Amino acid sequence: MTVEVAKHRELGLTDSEFELIVEKLGREPNDVELAMFSLLWSEHCAYKHSRKLLRRLPTEGERVVMGPGENAGAVDIGNGHAIAFKVESHNHPSAVEPFQGAATGVGGILRDVFAIGARPIAILDSLRFGELDSVRSRHLLDGAVRGIGHYGNSIGVPNVGGEIYFEAPYEHNCLVNAMCLGIAKQADMVRAAAAGVGNVVVLMGASTGRDGIGGASVLASAELGEGDDAKRPTVQIGDPFEESKVLECCLELLEKGLLVSLQDLGAAGLTSSAGEMASAGGVGIDLDVARVPLREADMEPFEIMVSESQERMLAVVEPDKVAAVLAVCEKWQTGSAEIGVVTDSGQIRILRDGDLVGEMPVEALVDGCPLYDLEPAEPQGWMYGNRATLASDASSEETLLALLASPSIASKRWAFEQYDSVVGSRTVRRPEAADAAVLEIPEASNAIAVSIDGNGRRVACDPYNGTIEAVLECAQNLACVGAEPLGLTNCLNFGNPEKPAPAWQLDQAVSGLAEACEQLGVPVVGGNVSLYNEGPEGPIYPTPVVGMVGELPDPAKACGSAFLREGEAIALLGPFEPNLAGAELTKLRGELDAGLPRPDIAAVATACATIRDAVREGKLSSAHDISDGGLACALAESAIGYGIGCRVDLQPLRERGCSPEEALFGEGPGGFLLSGDRETLAALGATLIGETGGTTIELAAGDRSFTVGVGTAESAWLSLGTQLDSHA
Amino acid sequence: MRWGVLQFPGSCDERDALAACERGGGEARLVWHEERDLAGIDAVVVPGGFSYGDYLRAGAIARFSPAMEAVGEFAASGGPVLGICNGFQVLCEAGLLPGALLLNESMRFTCRQLDLIEGPSGRLPPLGGGQSTTRQLSIPAKHGEGRYYAPDEVLDALEANGQIAYRYAPGQNPNGSARDIAGVRNEAGNVVGLMPHPEHAVDPLTGSTDGLRVFEAVAAAGVAA
Repeated sequence: MTVEVAKHRELGLTDSEFELIVEKLGREPNDVELAMFSLLWSEHCAYKHSRKLLRRLPTEGERVVMGPGENAGAVDIGNGHAIAFKVESHNHPSAVEPFQGAATGVGGILRDVFAIGARPIAILDSLRFGELDSVRSRHLLDGAVRGIGHYGNSIGVPNVGGEIYFEAPYEHNCLVNAMCLGIAKQADMVRAAAAGVGNVVVLMGASTGRDGIGGASVLASAELGEGDDAKRPTVQIGDPFEESKVLECCLELLEKGLLVSLQDLGAAGLTSSAGEMASAGGVGIDLDVARVPLREADMEPFEIMVSESQERMLAVVEPDKVAAVLAVCEKWQTGSAEIGVVTDSGQIRILRDGDLVGEMPVEALVDGCPLYDLEPAEPQGWMYGNRATLASDASSEETLLALLASPSIASKRWAFEQYDSVVGSRTVRRPEAADAAVLEIPEASNAIAVSIDGNGRRVACDPYNGTIEAVLECAQNLACVGAEPLGLTNCLNFGNPEKPAPAWQLDQAVSGLAEACEQLGVPVVGGNVSLYNEGPEGPIYPTPVVGMVGELPDPAKACGSAFLREGEAIALLGPFEPNLAGAELTKLRGELDAGLPRPDIAAVATACATIRDAVREGKLSSAHDISDGGLACALAESAIGYGIGCRVDLQPLRERGCSPEEALFGEGPGGFLLSGDRETLAALGATLIGETGGTTIELAAGDRSFTVGVGTAESAWLSLGTQLDSHA
Repeated sequence: MRWGVLQFPGSCDERDALAACERGGGEARLVWHEERDLAGIDAVVVPGGFSYGDYLRAGAIARFSPAMEAVGEFAASGGPVLGICNGFQVLCEAGLLPGALLLNESMRFTCRQLDLIEGPSGRLPPLGGGQSTTRQLSIPAKHGEGRYYAPDEVLDALEANGQIAYRYAPGQNPNGSARDIAGVRNEAGNVVGLMPHPEHAVDPLTGSTDGLRVFEAVAAAGVAA
């Protein structure tokens, strides 16, 4: 008796969920059925703690071609084309085995994009690790960066941007979020819904092995803890060469109009892709596991159904087109097998050599999981630690150099030089050249810009306002290159939703995300939720990662973030009210506390529009969003680009009520740092604060005034690689 | 000028190379790795990427493909061949170019815009009518296995014969290549391989147009042969 109870619990189901399954089946599930239910009813697949919250998000807009629910979202880019995009997490696999975890994270998000018929054209990644002085963090960082590079470089999709933050709460539970963008002819796009009774279900790509068994339930939907090494077999192994062949094969099949529908095999493998295709199409599917090409001959039916072996796709094909489909697979030297058929039974039936080994109603399996309400409770004050690494009486110069060298602010060149950023011949603004990546879209005679952002520390200070800031930062980055937002994807990385504080953070963050998207008029076209991100010392910083895609008519006009010429004016624009709440400096001083000011979303939107128009009209020499480390760091970054110094007086900010320290290092949304012609900047309503030139950064801020060489600042900013080496 | 750009399973830069050939004023088509017929093709590009996954060793499997057999005959008859990155590795594996490409000194994949110096024996006249026969080209490099290696006596011979087609500008060698060598040509001069990617330097919008010069040089080499 107790043995049976333990079985479903081992697979992550609660007693009441198990009872509900028995009720829906009218009997106890067998091992195959239990394994399949446990996966599709996991948090990872069923979104059972987040689905209700996600209903708050605005998902509609004029340019939306595909919204949430498909493999990826897509927006209209003109001339009959669409840009597909999505961000997804691969956190727990990466925490257990960073190279393969991150590599297969990239592989998975690529499949999501080409599953709807889009050719992948760019990857971005958003990574979080513990502090750099931890051996574990350096190991995870190195493995994840190598893994992302390995997969993306090998498959020929450029990695055009991203972010990396280092914060102690990610020590045991790193975050690896990967975003992919693709381009599709709208006429060739395909949905995931199975249709047509009698149509054939074809499994394409790699053979099925024992890797990734139980990844979605055991690994992705539970907290990390001691003994996670034993979970290593639940991590999948990636093969980018196989994926490259599958990608080309699928795009050729879609271009030839040979597929009814297509779905990738990700978390929960065949179980989830067959279940979701059947559910979306309102049909049944019969699958014969004996026809699935295997890596190991003795695999049990339940193993075949839950395996998360990578580089596999499931297609529905009309019977008279099967031969043509198999021929294209043969051409690309990738596997293919007819493993099932679409039925009108409303059941998922699993057969082995014709013998029935499992039978479940699609509705119960895919949509029957109970959805839970959260029980949020606001924590009292700052629930994370503080560690001082910078003396509070450090001089302004010391402070600036410490901030520039802080791993979260320092240049990520060490990482992004390990990624191919130019393959595909679309990359007009490479990493670090501008605030957002810019890609040419000759298919529609225009260009897109993309940015990915999410400062978990600020969200930890204030989940509602911090999440609004993440959306605003993306919008500001897009404005700096002259792009207008078209849509947004997000990955919500949070702790255990069954605990009151992470539940409160999640609830607040989703509300903030909804509010910002609503006010900016940017629809959410897709996303992913990753919960249970906790280590032995508690939850991660709540980390909503926002990826925003925008359109610009002329990529040649996209502004860079660096000062271009000597002797030009420097100015500030936007509702920037810098303060030290949640700032990087406050972290370095070990003085973090709860609370952030409420951003004025409408005012930031107005500033974004002003900047966007000015960039498009070629009025600015540079545009840079003021972000981590405040205005002083933004100025240093703009100076370092081409080695052009600046002389700046922060008096105008002091007149807004800022202390010298707040003016220099304070953070907050809404600020743009511009350079260009003095009169042009003044006519935009920008506040003039100085001019470019020389080889030093001279900052006048009352008693905190100082001068530092551009070269000195650059050395600090480029120190990430040497910091890694010095710890090694 | 009609270019043929080979396409292996796992090629990444073949479409970019195709576009670059066209941008240079030529016609271009993809040549599937199972094709043996290069009839009507004036020059061949073996493009970058990870042919057959580069499992075993970069370029080691691709050299046995039917298309590469045809390229071997094409090169032997004086046809111009350009190998870029993985294509350079394939040409070395096939014995059409001397030397080998080893894992970068850093043991990491590196992607960087850098300057190349055109070898003194380039058959093109100097641009701009100057006296110098060398020119600096801004071109991106991106690879994990690009450290050019050959024994010292081979390197001496390559230098003596004017077979060093491209060197990294001083201080910009990204991979530890011997004598800063970024690209070499065969003795006849019609087969050229280099690690950096000229096909990604053909559009001012994406950074530089200096790569066109590499395509021109290879085309000219073929005409001379």
